[in-house]
Amino acid sequence: MAYVAVSGGKEAIEESIRLLDFYQCSNDRDVEVEAIESKLSLLVDRVMSEAGLYSKPYAALALKQCEGSIEEAVFLLRAYRSTLTRNYYTTEVNSNDMRIIRRISAAFKDIEGGQILGATYDYTHRLIDFDRDSKRAAKLYATMQNSLAEQNPEEVSFCPRVSDELKREGLIDRYDNYDDSTSTHNRSDQESQTDRPPHDVTTTMLEFPAQRSARLQTLSRADTGFISGLAYSALRGFGQVHPTVGELRSGYVELCVVSPLDENESLCVGEILITEVECFNTSDDKDQLKIAVGYGAVFGRNENKAISMAVIDRELDNGGEYPTQDEEFVLTHGDSLEMNGFVSHLKLPHYVTFQSKLDSVRKTRAADATGGDTHE
Amino acid sequence: MLETPVLSVKDLVVRYGEACPKCAESLEKNRCSVCGCVWAANNLSLEVYPGEVLGIVGESGSGKTTLMRTLYFDIAPTAGSAVLHDYKDASQSIWEASTAEQRMIKNNIMGMVYQNPVMGLRMNYSAASNIAEKIIAAGSRNAAQMTARATELLEAVEILTSRMSEAPKNFSGGMQQRVQISKALANNPSLLLLDEVTTGLDLSVQAKVLDLIRKIKAQYGISILLVSHDLAVIRMLADRTIVMLDGKIVESGLTDQILEDPQHAYTQQLVHSLI
Amino acid sequence: MNNNYNFAFLDEGSKREIRRCTLKAVAIPGYQVPFGSRELPIGRGWGTGGIQLTLSLIGPNDVLKVIDQGSDESVNAVNIKKFVGLCTDVETTNNTTEATLIQTRHRIPEIPLKDGQILVFQVPIPEPLRIVEAREEVTKKMHAEKDYAPLWLQLYESLVKYQKVTIASEYPCMVEDRYMTNPSPIPKFDNPKLHNAECLYLFGAGREKKIYAIPPHTKVVSLAFDDVPFERESFAGKTCRLCKSNNTYLDEMFDAQTGEKVYQCSDTSYCKEVAAHA
Repeated sequence: MAYVAVSGGKEAIEESIRLLDFYQCSNDRDVEVEAIESKLSLLVDRVMSEAGLYSKPYAALALKQCEGSIEEAVFLLRAYRSTLTRNYYTTEVNSNDMRIIRRISAAFKDIEGGQILGATYDYTHRLIDFDRDSKRAAKLYATMQNSLAEQNPEEVSFCPRVSDELKREGLIDRYDNYDDSTSTHNRSDQESQTDRPPHDVTTTMLEFPAQRSARLQTLSRADTGFISGLAYSALRGFGQVHPTVGELRSGYVELCVVSPLDENESLCVGEILITEVECFNTSDDKDQLKIAVGYGAVFGRNENKAISMAVIDRELDNGGEYPTQDEEFVLTHGDSLEMNGFVSHLKLPHYVTFQSKLDSVRKTRAADATGGDTHE
Repeated sequence: MLETPVLSVKDLVVRYGEACPKCAESLEKNRCSVCGCVWAANNLSLEVYPGEVLGIVGESGSGKTTLMRTLYFDIAPTAGSAVLHDYKDASQSIWEASTAEQRMIKNNIMGMVYQNPVMGLRMNYSAASNIAEKIIAAGSRNAAQMTARATELLEAVEILTSRMSEAPKNFSGGMQQRVQISKALANNPSLLLLDEVTTGLDLSVQAKVLDLIRKIKAQYGISILLVSHDLAVIRMLADRTIVMLDGKIVESGLTDQILEDPQHAYTQQLVHSLI
Repeated sequence: MNNNYNFAFLDEGSKREIRRCTLKAVAIPGYQVPFGSRELPIGRGWGTGGIQLTLSLIGPNDVLKVIDQGSDESVNAVNIKKFVGLCTDVETTNNTTEATLIQTRHRIPEIPLKDGQILVFQVPIPEPLRIVEAREEVTKKMHAEKDYAPLWLQLYESLVKYQKVTIASEYPCMVEDRYMTNPSPIPKFDNPKLHNAECLYLFGAGREKKIYAIPPHTKVVSLAFDDVPFERESFAGKTCRLCKSNNTYLDEMFDAQTGEKVYQCSDTSYCKEVAAHA
């Protein structure tokens, strides 16, 4: 009761905040924001992805401010983002032009452009490295610099999509009512004129049935744990998919905005690192089969989240009785801020409502005791 | 039989899938061998007169249940019309009604009893509330009135009033069907739809439910459309009978006449297998 | 005031958009208007809907009061006041009659509010039909068709089972004979204050992204059968141990020293005032 109550709330809060500082001061060494950004970069990627805000320095700063709590860091970034006026919208990103750092297909051995393993923990042995001391960073940095200096930059060549060939064969369906700006599907200029602009869930409330663009945006911003667990449930049998990762690619894509001076010109404003996945599933097409694609795209190197997103995208298209096939269930319960906010609000005092519940309970019991003082 | 019908269905078609020009000559049972579409109900017309029990008999897949579900708005028809004497004096098809009007029709003019009680009952609400649901939907806001009506109806279907605050999920199959029947009667509908209500029940329980339906028909003078694959049930209850096969009506007439002198080969087969 | 941020935190475009939705809500009493809920430095589920309303409405001349469970000094109320103060510098008060804008969680003040005052509610679950239907897609249709039968059924079921209406707080009311509305988790005790009030009631649900309103002089009727009258929580025979009021909503607590059950007003500023004038 003391924390609610009658007086002293203000002092209590101030002392609580001081205590948080205390928890961060066990020794006099600090973690530089820059170090968090580069040495905990997968954590930074995850925070950016769940926040829906691409800024490595701010994500690192946020993580530092909250003892590395993911949901708190996401919270800080989201709150900051609300204060910013949105001046421009980027034009559609075509991820075919991705500067690739990793690209694999589990569907085909040989793919046009080649499989590029890139950096992955998939094939490491998960043994704690007790020798990883504090001097390693400096040594590693020097070695890498030397190695880079010896190499000649190569021309970047863009890779076609694994799905392109299947599309040419007519094995993959396109969305009829194509409404979003992801680049899963090839389109002619004529088609793009009929496109609806994507639904933006950060400015317009998500409504059901949801446009696919709203679905993809919501999934892309969702809590990693939430959608991984959901995707897992679908794979284990609470769902219909048994997907093959047609293509997983990570790399840099350019962001452009329409020039304020000339509508036909666009200005490049920078690049972001994303991971994109296309999952292939066989699916019914009247009397024959087709390949149905599930799509996932997330900020940073966040591969399991991108795969999970692709699995769920497909499940939502299927529809059905399982949780992953229920649009409203999936899309309303995965936002980090919303789920953690609502769960944590249970810590707030609920005296008045609980008093009211008690009153109800007591009244029904009083009625029982008097042998049913009924209204009937 | 010269009275105005309670219900009159004309040219009902329920088709799953797009039709093709060759459907008419390419039907294998009720499925088009060319385009694969299914004609679950194929040009059905029928009438139900005041106070009569019209039986519909046929094997599974013949379209009996499709007809019932369409009448109760669970399935949308592809074509055709259905008029009720008590809805706009039969001047507008119930399938053109707004969703609010459809709800009114389901609450006040028709009562439905499903084969599977899960479809007709709220299993977790008390038996009394199941009946009250209908009365609330009809506009009553008086709790005592609801309780009085629930008591009366549950007594009519021989369910102890001491159990009316229990949820049907705790009841036996026969009891659940009886609660469903009482729920369907809540607002004195002019037409009761019974879809295989005794299927899956023990023979002794079946007999009890059938007796009850007979009693209710006599007591309330209600018209009944009764679907069953079981000729024994039809013989016991139906005044007139329609025989369905592959989405079509193949024979209709007085029940006794159909059972004693079946004309269509399928009906003959059906009647002989009964004996 | 923290000058790194705009007055009242949100950018002007966002505030304007929220005010537009608020106007729509006032125009259609009880109807839940969807809006593009913004993220705040305060947790979703901790009153962000109410705060967004407050931030979009507040001007430099406003006097703000924030209560939680009726108390001005509970941690959450203090925290919200601190945040709004940080980005507006407006005057705050504990005195209900002095405030132009009152943000509340779970209570309506005991002193009747006047013309010119706005009471902003923090709403966790705006949908009154959620207890009978989980899906937004379905509840929207039910509102459109004014199909509230399942809620009446819920009410009847509680009579069958317990011979009492067991809905406690968040007791649904019909607003202007059209929309069934969730008054937010206020106790039933406060429901009658919604009817034909002098002030404007605004409801904000941040996580659920809905705004709705009960404008002054609106008809608000708590759900009840004709023959089973609506009943509030009763504190018959109990009085506040501090101000001796016998007509207020009381918190029940245990006296740590005596181990006895004691009662005191949930509305702390009202309690202090009554005690001072006694």
